[in-house]
Order: sequence, then C-alpha cells, then structure tokens
Amino acid sequence: MHHVRVIFKRELAAYFASPVAYVFIVIFVALAGGLTFHVGGLFERGEADLRPFFQFHPWLYLLLVPAVGMRLWAEERKSGTIELLMTLPIRPAEAVIGKFLAAWTFLGLTLALTFPLWITVNVLGRPDNGVILAAYLGSWLMAGGFLALSGIASALTRNQVVAFILGATLSFVFMMSGVDLVQSLVRGWLPPVLAETIAGFSFLSHFNAIAQGVIDLRSLVFFASLIVAGLFINTIVVERGKGA
Amino acid sequence: MLTNLFPRAVTDFIFGERRRPRSAIVAPSVPGALVEVKGLSKRFGAITAVDGLTFHVGRGEVLGFLGPNGAGKTTTMRMITGYLPPDAGTAVVAGYDVLKSPLDVKARIGYLPEGAPLYGDMTPKSFLEFCANVRGLHPAGKARRLGMVSDLLHLRSVWLQPIDTLSKGFKRRVGLAQAILMNPQVLILDEPTDGLDPNQKHDVRTLLKEMAGDKAIIISTHILEEVEAVCTRAIVIAGGRIVADDTPAALLRRSRLHNAVAVTVPAEVAADGEAVLRAVAGVAAVETEVGDDGDETVRLLALPEAGQDIAAAVRAALTKAGIPVREFSVRHGRLDDVFRSLTIPHAVERAA
Repeated sequence: MHHVRVIFKRELAAYFASPVAYVFIVIFVALAGGLTFHVGGLFERGEADLRPFFQFHPWLYLLLVPAVGMRLWAEERKSGTIELLMTLPIRPAEAVIGKFLAAWTFLGLTLALTFPLWITVNVLGRPDNGVILAAYLGSWLMAGGFLALSGIASALTRNQVVAFILGATLSFVFMMSGVDLVQSLVRGWLPPVLAETIAGFSFLSHFNAIAQGVIDLRSLVFFASLIVAGLFINTIVVERGKGA
Repeated sequence: MLTNLFPRAVTDFIFGERRRPRSAIVAPSVPGALVEVKGLSKRFGAITAVDGLTFHVGRGEVLGFLGPNGAGKTTTMRMITGYLPPDAGTAVVAGYDVLKSPLDVKARIGYLPEGAPLYGDMTPKSFLEFCANVRGLHPAGKARRLGMVSDLLHLRSVWLQPIDTLSKGFKRRVGLAQAILMNPQVLILDEPTDGLDPNQKHDVRTLLKEMAGDKAIIISTHILEEVEAVCTRAIVIAGGRIVADDTPAALLRRSRLHNAVAVTVPAEVAADGEAVLRAVAGVAAVETEVGDDGDETVRLLALPEAGQDIAAAVRAALTKAGIPVREFSVRHGRLDDVFRSLTIPHAVERAA
C-alpha cells in the first residue's frame, strides 16, 4: 500500500503541474452547467432536482474521461519513464492502482466543483439531497468505469491521440451496449442470454437508475467489478508492452 | 483499500511474490560475484538481440560494456534490471534471481536507463524525493542522502527548477543522482556521460572510481577513453555475443600498433632508415607516414611481432647506422583500433 500511496501522490501532483488540469476543470464545469440549463431545461421543468444535470454525465465522460486517462501510460512509454518506473522495486499492479486512483481523485474533484448547481436547486426549492448525493457518488463510480477503460487504451500505445480515440471508442461501446441500436444488431444472431449479458454491460442503463436516486446494488457491483477487471487487464497490458 | 476488492486468485497472481518463501537467495557460482549473467538471450521478431550472454561482475569491479549500436548492450541491461523478460537464461544480482525475485533485485540496483528518462514536470528535489519514497528511505536518512547526491552531482543550483527546463547535462546528472541515491550494491548505467561536457565527464568518472570499492558497476559507453579511465574490465559485444572480455590494458595489447615505434627522420635518409628498421629482429613490418612538417621529414612506423618489445633494438640500430632521428616515440595502440577489429568482422558477417 505504501507504494500505491507514493505513486498516487506523484501522479496527482503531475496533473496540477500543468495547466491542462485547470483547463479540463473549467471545460467540464462549463459544459455540465451549460447542458443542464440550456438542453436539460433545469428551470423550465419546474422541479427542484438535478436530473437534468446528471443525465448528461455519461456523454460528458465519454469525451472527457479518455482525455484524462490518455496520458496515464502512453506518456510514460513515449518519454521512456516507464523504464524508470518499472525498474523501481514496485509491483506493476501497484503502479496501475496508484495511477488510477490519482486520476479518479482528480475526476472526483472536478465533479465536486459542480456544487453551485446543488446550491442553486436548494435555493430554488426543497430537493431530496439524499438522492442528489447518491447520484453524485454513482456518477463518480461511473467515471471510474470510463477511466478504467481509458487506462487500458493508454497502456496499449505510446501515442496519446491514439489512446484518446481508443479510450473513447471503448467507452462508447460499453455505454451503448444496452441501447436499441446495438441490441437490434446483436439480437438477430446471438442467443437471448448473451444479448442480455451485453445489455447488462451498458453504462447508460446502470447509470439511469442511479441518476434517479435508485441505488441498485447490481449497478454498484457492476461498476466496481468493471474497475477491478479493468485494472487487472491494465496491469497485464503494461507488463506486455514494456520495451516494445 | 481497493486491492481488497480483488478476488484471492487475482491477488495471488499479482501480489504472489510476497507469499513466496524468502529462501530465494542463490549462492553465487563464482565467489564474490555480485552480478551473474547466465545464458541471457532475447529475440525481437527475427532479430536475435542478445544471444546466450554469460559473464559475472564482482565487488569492486567497474565493467565497461562496449559494442556498436544495436549490439545488445541496452537489451542486456534491461534484462538484468528486470525491465525486460529474457527469452532464455537469467541474471542473479546480489544473490537474487531476477526472474524469481524481481523486487529484491530491483531494490539492490541503481539503474540509469538509456537516455536518462525523467519526469519533466517534477523538480530534481521532488523527483529524487519520489524515488527515495518508493525505495522506502525513511525521513531522517532521506534529507541527508538527498543533500549528499545533490552535492556530489552539483544539482544545488537547479534543485527547484522543473526538469523539463534543464540542460542535457543537468538532466543526465539528475538521472545519475537517482541511480546512486540509495548507495546500491550494484550500479548499472547506460551511457552515463552522454551529453556531458569534458569537465562534467571528468567529475562523473571520478565519482564512479570513488564509488567502485564496495560495488559492482556496469557502464555502457561509446567513449573508449572512458573505458581506459574508469573500467577495470571491458566486455565487447557484437551481434549479441561476447567477442572480448579482458582488462582495458590487455585489450590494448591486441592492437597491432601496441609497442610500435614511430621514428621521424629527414626525408633524404628515409629509404636508408626503412632498410635499417626492417633488419631489426622482432620487427614485423615497417610503414611510412607523412611527417608533420610536410616534405622535409618522413615518419617511419615499425610494427613489432606479437608480444615483442622492439624500442631499444630500434634505437640501437638507428644510432649504429648513423641516421639522424628528429623524434622517437613508442605507441601504445588505441582502443578504437581494437574495437574496430573486434566488431567490424561481425558487422560484415551480419550484413552478408
């Protein structure tokens, strides 16, 4: 655990060592706010809740989380620092977990900075703050799922642009697997059980429940196990990609 | 924390090493050897980068690792340090097998990878602190150790500057500082003086010599004078195989110019001089070089038969024949020539 903490601290500091972090935070908060008011119609709905805010999160994450995750490993491979990191007496899994936690914490921080919206609905009405808190946690958990996928994409290449596109594509596939568009393609030739399984991987289906304040244990387990499996695969990809 | 979420089988796979019995220490097959390389091989596709390399490095030795580009130096170092898995063979460092106990090996090696990669967004201070933290140096010793390496490598002036903004020489020295940070038993440095100016090169060589006493040091380099200056032993590899393993002095003796005698004589007596030199016992051949001052003088080069010392005999013969000598010197040969004669046949063979 000591090593995970050391890696975590270095990585988190690395985010804030460049202006990229601040640019990212501003873009995320501005987009989230803009979508909530102009597309989601927070005022027009006349209801004091944050559903118009949370419903756009999967789409925001689809673009923005791969942008955070793309540098995790691609940058190390490009600059050669991966050789430095992997010849320190740490296990690859510790580096993978430390880096993931740092990026996830950064995403959590960004998400927390949307708190003015929460203040807004509390000023305007009496929302169910328990539901809002649950939705925030669910959103963060989903961001972790996207991040785990982006981390794998980043470990596959030394080019950050490729990592971004790969990460976004991978995320899109997972996000949309429950939607009719994908399901109609799949149902024709796959046995119903498999089609259902694929639908079960859908970020959208899992998150829609959470956004409505329904904390379904299955959804929590889904995102948690997705993260764990993602980190596991990430470790293997990092190990195999060394020196290549 | 998060690792608790991993099923047992997965943690065993990733963290399994911790549960393995600690009896992993391997007795060295050569007494006193700190690094033992046993039949290391690595292929990249159709190319065999390293081909059954076997050697050992003892305490107090500074091994120069020489070879043309692409000979397999870096690949070998990467396998010893546990960065690349070998296709065959293994390396034992301070009694630990790199395949079986990679973390124990990594904890005992200070390594400067090729090109001295560093985290550019960090400062030398934060970077070295990070390395010290990862390696588990406790806080009291840390400040002292950081101060020590920053003084040794003259990093004080850039201590708080982002590494990205530093010159090549400073970057290389930050990399070196990282390698020697823990005062490791084994130092593996891939081109440690690349990009340094002559003064800095001198400093680093002095540092290496000072540290050599209780360590095994392996350096790879293209600079042959460096081998003569710091190495107690040199291994020349070409095409992934060892083509020479000797002391720098012994390698020099392989030069055809070793103990050759160069005599500068006036141009008008050059032919006579050449005849005299040819007649001396032990002289294998005589070559002429153009003298330094153009047409007036000629430099004759008497090449000895292997192992012969001909200087005294040449001098006596010239005096006896009454040939005026403007300049007289004994050549030691150059490592460059030896290096070329050892590695070029190989390059030709590979190209064919």
